[in-house]
Amino acid sequence: MNYHWNWAILFAPEPGGSGTYLHYLFVGLGWTLATALAAWAIALTIGGIVGTLRTTDHPWVVRLGNGYVEIFRNVPLLVQMFLWYFVAPELVPTAVGDWIKQMPPPWGSYVPAVLCLGLYTSVRIAEQMKASIQSLPRGQRYAGTAMGLTAWQGYRYVILPQAVRIILPPLTSEFMNIIKNSSVAFTIGLMELTGRAKSMQEFSFQVFEAFAAATVIYMLTNLVVVIGMRWLERKVRVPGLLAAPTAVQAAH
Amino acid sequence: MGGFDWEVIRTSLPYLFKVGMVFTVKLTVLAMAGGIFFGTLLAMMRLSHFSPLSILAGAYVNLMRSIPLVLVIFWFYFLVPLIGAWILREPRPIPVGTFYSALITFTMFEAAYYCEIMRAGIQSIARGQVWSGYALGLDYWQTMGHIVLPQAFRNMLPVLLTQTIILFQDTSLVYVISATDFLGAAAKIANRDYRLVEMYSFVAVVYFIVSFGLSLAVRRLQSRIAVVR
Repeated sequence: MNYHWNWAILFAPEPGGSGTYLHYLFVGLGWTLATALAAWAIALTIGGIVGTLRTTDHPWVVRLGNGYVEIFRNVPLLVQMFLWYFVAPELVPTAVGDWIKQMPPPWGSYVPAVLCLGLYTSVRIAEQMKASIQSLPRGQRYAGTAMGLTAWQGYRYVILPQAVRIILPPLTSEFMNIIKNSSVAFTIGLMELTGRAKSMQEFSFQVFEAFAAATVIYMLTNLVVVIGMRWLERKVRVPGLLAAPTAVQAAH
Repeated sequence: MGGFDWEVIRTSLPYLFKVGMVFTVKLTVLAMAGGIFFGTLLAMMRLSHFSPLSILAGAYVNLMRSIPLVLVIFWFYFLVPLIGAWILREPRPIPVGTFYSALITFTMFEAAYYCEIMRAGIQSIARGQVWSGYALGLDYWQTMGHIVLPQAFRNMLPVLLTQTIILFQDTSLVYVISATDFLGAAAKIANRDYRLVEMYSFVAVVYFIVSFGLSLAVRRLQSRIAVVR
């Protein structure tokens, strides 16, 4: 095996003229985080609402929520990415479609990527939300009703404050998933961290330096997320309220 | 949009299924078998009292779980030919082909995820069962093989199968190394005939039907297992 290692390549200028390759990769990390955070906002909002609605006692609302979850869970992320990028602009009115297609470079990929990742992740959050609400003792809901709270007040003051605390640890891994999954957006032309590592490999022929640098950057990012979320968990913990043990789940 | 063209889907069906879907299913089934095998070994290593083994396995699993699958696919795509050359003492990288590259990638990647499932499965077996195995004079491999693992597999079967459905969907990512899996085959037709809307919608529907059908089957199995226990 005669691979010529050249770690100095990280400090060589990249052909686009924006600075060193290392800088080029870190700009990629910036896009990864910008995509993940925007998608995270969508995912938390929709996932939280859908997950909560699936625990109400309106059968049609529950069925609608279940249908939403099944659709987004059973189509691969990459296929969903293509649907948002290639198919969605053709399905909307022509003027809107043309406007979408004419968005300047990063945004033309960024917007579909964020929408796609946001909805894809919202389904996973909806599942977590439902599970965490259902893990609360049923008496909590009855106690709320007995005290004269309406259904809405019961959720607002009794169920949700507890459910949100229970859901925090699984949310940590969902947030790491959304960061990792944002790498799929490079297939529709978003130059995030993985995409930039790939193009660095193509420009410089230093395959393993490029991928190793990206790997280390991803691992450091994960570390920061884990530490940050642990801090958040400690901060919002209610003394005496233990988190429910989380069952092992299939994931990727 | 100039009308939905069913014809392009109809004419490409043989190619999509005989070439694309065969690739996808073969990759899924083989990577599942390999992934569960190595994942179980990794889980046994992680639970080992011999700390170098458990640290090594833990580091591997955490590494695989903290980087994106797309990056792992690239890593192995370039790494496997070099490792092959190193093992066979060839001066040049060994061409491996996208299928075997993808197979090695998914086996090694999914092993990390199956490992965590099997670890929970092994831990779900009461410790007393292991001790009674040793008390009867069985060694570690006999205790694992005859007592712990069969029960762990049974307990974890629904989760293992759900992970396999995710694996089935994730194999679509071999698109990034231009493999002709189900999505790759559809993408080739889509770009050749400029029929992206038709092909990608059709692909989404097929993936949905297969994944949803399988997940319904897993749910039925889950309720059956739950009744027996």
